[in-house]
Formats: sequence, C-alpha cells, structure tokens
Amino acid sequence: MPLANSTVEHIKDLAARYPSKQSAIIPALWAVQHEQGYVTKDAMAEIAGHLGLPSSLIEATASFYSMFLTKPEGRHDVVICVNAPCMLRGADEMAAYLQRALGVRDGQTTSDGAITWHSTIECLGACGGAPMMQVDHRFEENLTEERIDAIIERLRQPTTAAEAPAVAVGETPKRKSAAPKRARSVN
Amino acid sequence: MAVKPVLTKDFATENLEQLKVYERTGGYTGFKKALEMQPDELVELVKKSGLRGRGGAGFPTGNKWSFLPKGVYPRYLVCNADESEPGCFKDRYLIEKSPHQVLEGILIASYAIGSNLAFIYIRGEYLPQHDALETALAEARQAGYIGKNVLGKGYDIDVILHRGAGAYICGEETALLTSLEGYRGEPRLKPPFPAIKGLYGKPTIMNNVETVCNLPHIVNNGADWFAAMGTPTGKGTRLWCMSGHVNRPGNYEMENGTPIRELIEEQGGGVWKNRKLKAFQPGGASMMVLLPEHLDVGLDFDAIQKAGSLAGAGAMVVMDETTCMVDAARRYVKFFSHESCGKCTPCREGTFWMANLFDRFEAGEAKPGDIDLLLDIGYSIDGRSFCPLGDASTWFPRSVIKFFRDEFQEHISEKGCPFRKSVQEAVA
Repeated sequence: MPLANSTVEHIKDLAARYPSKQSAIIPALWAVQHEQGYVTKDAMAEIAGHLGLPSSLIEATASFYSMFLTKPEGRHDVVICVNAPCMLRGADEMAAYLQRALGVRDGQTTSDGAITWHSTIECLGACGGAPMMQVDHRFEENLTEERIDAIIERLRQPTTAAEAPAVAVGETPKRKSAAPKRARSVN
Repeated sequence: MAVKPVLTKDFATENLEQLKVYERTGGYTGFKKALEMQPDELVELVKKSGLRGRGGAGFPTGNKWSFLPKGVYPRYLVCNADESEPGCFKDRYLIEKSPHQVLEGILIASYAIGSNLAFIYIRGEYLPQHDALETALAEARQAGYIGKNVLGKGYDIDVILHRGAGAYICGEETALLTSLEGYRGEPRLKPPFPAIKGLYGKPTIMNNVETVCNLPHIVNNGADWFAAMGTPTGKGTRLWCMSGHVNRPGNYEMENGTPIRELIEEQGGGVWKNRKLKAFQPGGASMMVLLPEHLDVGLDFDAIQKAGSLAGAGAMVVMDETTCMVDAARRYVKFFSHESCGKCTPCREGTFWMANLFDRFEAGEAKPGDIDLLLDIGYSIDGRSFCPLGDASTWFPRSVIKFFRDEFQEHISEKGCPFRKSVQEAVA
C-alpha cells in the first residue's frame, strides 16, 4: 500500500527540518504508523526513497525500537506494567484479571479485533498511580477489577465516527502528533 | 529542611500549561532577564548556584557548560526527556503541569551556551506530554520567545521536539544522540564527551528536564538564593517520585538534605496497611537497596552515596514486610535484560543469564550454588560493560543478596517463593 501524498509531503518536510535528513527516520516511521497502523517493509523502502537513504538503514533503525509495529493489531492497544513498583501494588493480580476478562493470552488480540493486550516490564512512568495500564497512549491509574471491566466495555464498542483519527492524516501540514491510527480512540 | 516547592510552587494554578497563565505567575521573566546578560555571565551564575544535573549522575551543570570548546559552532542543546528509569515519573509531571517552565529553561540554557538550535528528546510512550510540549512550543513561537531575533535582542533560537520509540537505553546521553541522528540507539565511546563532539559531531550539551526547570528560578532569584537551599554539596530541591507500599505515592519536591524519613513517613503517610517497612530504594531501578536503619539519611546525592546507594533520578520505591525481595530484583533484572541494546557482550549475555537464574529462584528450581553464581555474573558485568546500563543492572540484585541472602536460601529450600504461593503468576 503506497503512502498517502500527505504522508510523503510530511516526510519531505521532516527531512528539511533537521540538520541531517537521517534524523527524520524515526519521525517518518511514526508518520507511516500513524497513517497505516503499522510499518511494512514496502513502506520503509518508500521512506528510504524519499529521504535518499538505503532502505537497509531504515529497517535497521526501525527494528531497534519496540514501539514500531510490523503487523496489524487490534483497534485498541492495552499495556499493563509489571515492573517492580507496579508489582508492589498488585499489577500481577490486575494482569491476571485482564487476561481472564479478555480471554486471550499476553500478546494476543481478542476475536472481535477490538483489543490487543500485553504486559510489559518496561516502566511507563506512572509508578505513583500503580497498578496502571496504558490504553491507546492514555494512562489509566490506580486500577481495580471494576475499573478494568469498565475500560474493557468501553473499548469493545464497535468503531464509531468518534473513534476515527482526531486529525485526519495530512489534513494539516503540521499534525498534532504521530500516534498510530488505532491509538486515536474514544476517551 | 522539608517540603520546598520551587519548581512546583505554582502547580496548583489552574491552566498553568497555557502561556498567558504561566506568564502571570512570572513565567519567561527569567528568560528575558537572561537575554540582558552576557552568556558567560549566565554560565558563571549557574556555576555559582551549585546546581547539579538532576538526570542521575549529579554533574555540576555550569561546569558541564564550560567544557564547550571555544569558538566551535554550531553547538546544540539537547533536553533529555527520555524518562524511562523504573520508579521515576517526575519529568512527566513537570511537562504535564508546566510545559512552558521546561521551554523557558531550555531557552536560557541554549542562550548561555551559544546554541541556536535545541532539541527535546521525549520518550515515545509520553504522547500526551509530547502534545503538551508541542502546543507550548507553538504558543512560545507565536509570542516571539522562539524564532529569529528573539524579543529584539538579536538572538536566534529554534527548538525541535523529537519523539523516541521505546528504548530505555536512549536515556543514556550518547545513545540518545545516536538515536537522534536516526540510528539504532546504541551508546558511543567516551571520550570524546558530547560537549566536545556530540550531535552530528558538534559540541553538544545535554540537560535533564528537571535541571533546566531550575534555570528560570536561578536567573530570577540569584545564585545565592539557590545556594542557600540544601546541603553544602547538594544545593536546591529535588522532585522525589515515591511509589510502592506508601499511603500517598506521588511526586514531592523536597529541599536537599531532608531526612528520607520525612519523605516516607510524613509526606507519604508512612507504610500502607499499617505494615512495617522492610526496605526502600532511592534513585530508581538501578540503585542499591537501603534499610529502615537508613531512614535518617538526607535526601542528597552525597549522603545517599555514603549510605551505600545512589540518588540517581530521584525515585523512592518503598517496600513493606510482605515484599519478596528476590521477586523485586527479578523484575528489575528482567527489565535490564529486555532493554540491553546488545552492543556489548557482558550486558547482553550477563543480564539475560541473571534473568534466567532469577526465574529459576521464583520457579523453585534454583540450586544452592546459584546465589554465588548470580554474584559472579554481577561482578563480571559491572565495570566491564560499554555503558552504565550493564553496570547498573547488577547493583540492586547484588545489594539484595547482601542484605537478604536468607530469602534466596528460602527460595531454594522451599522450592519456590515463600511470599507468593497463593498468587497466580501472571507474568510471562
């Protein structure tokens, strides 16, 4: 799937913004993920073409960073932290509850395609509100089983107009952020 | 010495994230005042204040600035907002509450070091905080604080907000620069230090979010005002990110030197559920554990170091008597294993091996020699890694073995974790 013209324009703007066009690689990957939801090899080759860099370089960079997705996932992304500060306040119990409630294992997507969840050992910076989970880039802190139920119910709602990207990709030359498509959700 | 809001003094003000409100609280007067001064005067002012970097190492900020080679341009200012140390959430708080304070600090630092282009490297997970900074940047541009010939003083400055993509290692300064240049975030050899040869091979200064937030206040109130707070070697205040088994977790800005007891017992409301304190960990995932006997140690780089740990990035993780210290160490070791960039063998293989051993302890499969094997691996990583990530992965587990060796023995003799028999293991 070729990149939208607006994404291509954005990538070219990025290349001109930095003292070195190579610095535009990570922002360009974000722009692609924002448009397409994940980053394919073809898209990386396209980025390479627009930046005038070898595509091996784009792939080398992309594969280092854990936030770039290589395949499509559920409409919503749920991450629960199980590092020590969260563990101390019951994150394991919350992760176990979430797993039972969703009926799919860590790293999997629910059958209705609504939610992909995984636990992470990578601290998300909300230890003061532990246990926490990240729902489409928003933090849900001081989790309880009841709160998890409410969040899941909300996320399982079928896609509505309100769930479409808040800023249509490329509608404005400078978009608000480069969040993946599925991260633009109801809140 | 106690709670002392300096950076956070206006945080109760509604809509402080908006430029107009920030200006009403005295915002950007520090930058205006700085533009009336010579850059060298600012460097001297910050040196005299005694401000030390808040990112973890505690290096004196003014001294760092003065390492820049004379006459070499362009030079860059990079603000490190890649906060990823487990236990730390202060930069997030500072950005959310007052993004303009961060920007003002960056502008003062840029002017002081003679940089016309500054970068903010923010971790990918902090998307709402990224957006808050982007909004603030647009407001500051509009108001003429950023751009060409700022406030008619002949100074040009631009700020680029750059979003990371999920790599703890990029908080290490040379790895951050490598990442900012578009490569895999692997650390570089030092020397040359970034001040001599940093971003794009040019002189570069990297300052933490909390460090730059101090600058407007130092410029406004003077070096003597700042130096009057804290301890002889630790001036000013720090934000402490308190988490774990306390009644009131959260961020607390404390004057340096305040006893740890006051932070945990008075601000945090003490250990939760009327339980006893077993241990606490200042600094973040990397740092060594301390015991209740250390409660009267001051919140200060040097005092905490003397007690056997490090103040690091200002975390305070509190653990009550029900905590399995082996499991706490296991989480951190797994974290470092996950985040090791793979560049050097001691860290790549060593953290992986330690994580496997810790899993064996929790699964009840550890053998009697495994405690010493853990120590041996730790010694083989520490001081032999390319960057501090590897070294730091060993500090907490080794300190836990030192103080809680019995718990490791119990995991072996009871063939499992004595603390968590009833809890279903949820971690993969």
